[in-house]
Amino acid sequence: MIHLRGITKRFGNYPALHGIDLDVAPGEFIALLGPSGSGKTTLLRIIAGLEFQDSGSVLLGGEDVSSTPVADRHVGFVFQHYALFRHMTVADNVAFGLSVRRGKARPSKAARHARAEELLRLVQLEGLGSRYPGQLSGGQRQRVALARALAIEPRLLLLDEPFGALDAKVRKDLRRWLRDLHKQMGLTSIFVTHDQEEALELADRVVVMNQGRIEQIGAPDAVYMNPETPFVSHFVGETNRIPGAGGEIHFRPHEITLAPDGAEAVLVDNVFRKGAVWRVEGLLQGGGQFVELDLTAQQAAPGLGETIRFNARRSRIFNADGDQKKGVQP
Amino acid sequence: MSLHPTSEAPVTRAVLIGIALLFLGFFLLLPLLAVFSEALKMGLGPFLDAIHTPDALAAIRLTLVIAAIAVPLNVVFGLAASWAITKFQFPGKALLITLIDLPFSVSPVVSGLIFVLLFGANGLFGAWLAQHDLKIIFAVPGIVLATVFITFPFVARELIPLMMEQGKDDEEAAISLGASGWQTFWHVTLPNIRWGLLYGVLLCNARAMGEFGAVSVVSGHIRGETNTMPLHVEILYNEYDFVGAFAVASLLALLALVTLVAKTVLEWRFGLHAGARH
Repeated sequence: MIHLRGITKRFGNYPALHGIDLDVAPGEFIALLGPSGSGKTTLLRIIAGLEFQDSGSVLLGGEDVSSTPVADRHVGFVFQHYALFRHMTVADNVAFGLSVRRGKARPSKAARHARAEELLRLVQLEGLGSRYPGQLSGGQRQRVALARALAIEPRLLLLDEPFGALDAKVRKDLRRWLRDLHKQMGLTSIFVTHDQEEALELADRVVVMNQGRIEQIGAPDAVYMNPETPFVSHFVGETNRIPGAGGEIHFRPHEITLAPDGAEAVLVDNVFRKGAVWRVEGLLQGGGQFVELDLTAQQAAPGLGETIRFNARRSRIFNADGDQKKGVQP
Repeated sequence: MSLHPTSEAPVTRAVLIGIALLFLGFFLLLPLLAVFSEALKMGLGPFLDAIHTPDALAAIRLTLVIAAIAVPLNVVFGLAASWAITKFQFPGKALLITLIDLPFSVSPVVSGLIFVLLFGANGLFGAWLAQHDLKIIFAVPGIVLATVFITFPFVARELIPLMMEQGKDDEEAAISLGASGWQTFWHVTLPNIRWGLLYGVLLCNARAMGEFGAVSVVSGHIRGETNTMPLHVEILYNEYDFVGAFAVASLLALLALVTLVAKTVLEWRFGLHAGARH
């Protein structure tokens, strides 16, 4: 569906993207995950045609659209801050893409209205067509923006930080709703996020980006369980990093077992309940690194000032170049 | 203890409001009343007679013509400049922003002199203009040029901060939905900036009709031909025709009041629903 080849982009002296290659299959739901400045939004805008790459090519559905402007790419784009037209009703917003068509391609007013109603039903905003965007909540506005993007029957849906401006509760509901909508419609979709939880929950595949490069592409489970670079290991999920033989040892807080003769010891600094587990924080004896451990809450919580010993039962070792030493599992 | 930690003591508040009102009354209201009372000192008859002289009528007509040319031109220039500055990246942008402010930072008399230096008899293009029998200085085209120059920043200055704040998301959304550049401007950008634009137009118009310095330099003060209302006021005043001078001046003051009322009415009529009206 989408094939990106060697996409590079600079903003003045600032290199935003260094040779990005990415293939997306029809119907996939892809997350571009990375910190701010990683180039994820720039990449999304290049796929949309809102920005043009300095070199490389963009293929959509087998067609080279490298220099096609956004208006001719037939992609739906949803902006982080909705970008709804505040002086138009919700229905007029949704029908905008149809009403700006020229000649025979422009549906009649009745047809446009019917289509708007149909889309508002799809996004569960039936009956709100005559309202103005200013009269809607943030979550409702985001759904109007989505309906508006879908109205032009795009071959691809692109969402820039779709839940970034919403509060936590609405964000969670909207996330589940968007996943259901994607299942129902099967439209190839790419969304940008800096929130790893969002990426892991929604996407079929996660593309982790850092400093204009793709660090890893994979299913959420694979990216979480087998991070290929120190960056991914650190950015996706919580990770402890301690020095060890041959490089830095990375392990998740839950990838440990307590053992009286464990290889590592930590002086307990803080303990609190984190859902079903005890989260223990403290400094590693010897190295002094800050580590976080999860212990099952069936047992009593360790006391402050106590020293507990453990072994990392699953870990990854990265050498100084960031390469992973395969097969080294203490 | 006050329930509102940020509010001032009643005495402080009364003093501050009092100072503001006193200042306003002394510097704005009193002069305005003086203009009208001087104009009507001899009664309504002499007031109307003063306005009905051919020279006064010619000055009013010329002022309206100048504004009718300068304001639309600056609406177009202002829109184009703010659009370019806020929606695109290009080299020389900072310079353009500085240049737009130039008419504000240069004395109007100097602005007028620039046009004399360019188009006057001994000016850069003077000989060429004389050959082709074109008159700019001491004629209506010169007054239009000077007025356009002086009032150029009003629309652009009003729109640039507004359009910067609004960003280009709305425009990008419109083109991503298939709208052409013109459709985007007409259906998205213009409705978003209409109040700022209207405000800019009102200010631009008030200044175009009231400009004295630059126009004075290029006009030549030919009665009935190149005298605008402010210039006519000065001439009458210098001739000790106080009723005539204040009668025309009261018309200019009236324009200011009408501008103010128009702005307030429009804001009151539409402003409350600015976000909810097509």
